[in-house]
Amino acid sequence: MTDATITQDRRSPLHDEHVALGATLTSFAGWQMPLRYTSDLAEHTAVRTAAGLFDLSHMAEIVVTGPDAGAFLDGALVGHASAIRLLGAKYTMICAPDGGVIDDLVVYHLAPERYLVVANASNHDPVLAALQERAAGLDVVVDDQSAATALVAVQGPRALEIVLAAGIELADDEVTALKYYACLPFTFAGRPALLARTGYTGEDGFEFYVAADDAPVLWRRLLEVGAPLGLVPAGLSARDSLRLEAGMPLYGNELDRTTTPHDAGLGRVVALGKTGADGLPVPFVGREALEARAAAEPTRVLVGLQGLGRRAARHGYPVLAGPDQVVGTVTSGAPSPTLGHPIAMAYVHPSVAAEGTQLDVDVRGRPEPVRVVALPFYRRPR
Amino acid sequence: MTAVEPPVHLQYTVEHEWLDSGSPATVGITSVAADALGDIVYLELPTVGDEVTAGAVIGEVESTKSVSELFSPVSGTVVEVNQAAVDDPSVVNSDPYGAGWLLRVDVTETGTLLSAEEYAGLNPA
Repeated sequence: MTDATITQDRRSPLHDEHVALGATLTSFAGWQMPLRYTSDLAEHTAVRTAAGLFDLSHMAEIVVTGPDAGAFLDGALVGHASAIRLLGAKYTMICAPDGGVIDDLVVYHLAPERYLVVANASNHDPVLAALQERAAGLDVVVDDQSAATALVAVQGPRALEIVLAAGIELADDEVTALKYYACLPFTFAGRPALLARTGYTGEDGFEFYVAADDAPVLWRRLLEVGAPLGLVPAGLSARDSLRLEAGMPLYGNELDRTTTPHDAGLGRVVALGKTGADGLPVPFVGREALEARAAAEPTRVLVGLQGLGRRAARHGYPVLAGPDQVVGTVTSGAPSPTLGHPIAMAYVHPSVAAEGTQLDVDVRGRPEPVRVVALPFYRRPR
Repeated sequence: MTAVEPPVHLQYTVEHEWLDSGSPATVGITSVAADALGDIVYLELPTVGDEVTAGAVIGEVESTKSVSELFSPVSGTVVEVNQAAVDDPSVVNSDPYGAGWLLRVDVTETGTLLSAEEYAGLNPA
């Protein structure tokens, strides 16, 4: 179906590839991106059983360089960025002074004075603004490389084979030895690029950061070598059902400005113990609020819900402990393609957060039974 | 995926149901709706003997991505439900105007319906 707003959206450097593949495009965070190429279920299943190829070029890449880069990020983010080993990566967050989440991020430590901060497309502007503001007075350059950078991900149990077959300028044993949440700089089409073993699907996988102009060549090469191994292009719809099965939070669903990392069960990403070169605790934006939050009794808990019927709970639906007794709200929900029953994440009152608790979700006016279960719903076999 | 042209022998609602006006009449959803929903994984349909009212919600069509209400194009009594589609809703994606039909109704009154041309005009491919 056509959408009048779609013409206002930015286009990925891979837009022509998506059109050529017959993708259904959708408006997402100000970008025109592929929702699906063939079938949501087929793309989801391919990632669980072989591999999927994702265009994530809409995401924001912000490069931070300078003598103060590590100390700057320690003060700007809740995590201990300067402690990330060289060529390591870390999942972290940037918070407001009140502890509310501005965005969840992945930070790569590229060189002693150089970091890459990857943010959600929908939060490009607030993250960039917060970083620039927090850099004031420091010897650091905050460089927005989002427009010049394409991000292509290969996710799935056959991802390693596919990346090796792609023939990039890295030795096979270097790629094979790359650990989860680590990265390697390399050269692609004569320009600097980055290969990272990260992702958002619950599977093994790799992410390629390349110059926007080089993305179509990389995309076509990965599809060519990967197709015989089961690689299929996969859209945003599969990406959402995959991350939900893997229990991974999505900004705008599980995370937002009214949510602290602790609310989302991610208090561990807040490095209250981080210390500077002087051995003293490092002040960071949100620290006081998050210290207080860490010490307080939670008022809500993010839980997993297994649907016992066939109708799926969806974002915003009330969670019930009895008729008209609302005890929470669903943040994300869908029928799980891998598990064969509906799953959902929800914020609920701590009194009903224990695993095994039987609750209902109000699915468009009718209670549907659910059971509180541990997250993630799906964990890949190792 | 591109929606196939709406078959000219059918009538349509603005909510993307189609009606094959026989006796009984057959009701389904269009390829436009099926494509927009993505992979349909669950159908909630009325049961045989239910009275339905033109324009009223009579069921749900749920995909991995979203859910859509099913509106009745006619008033009357449900005389048959497509159990094969209930058991395997993917048939609604693969053959929305054929094997993916949803229910049959003894019609007492017809709601506001569109021709194939009018429906296609509202939903350009």
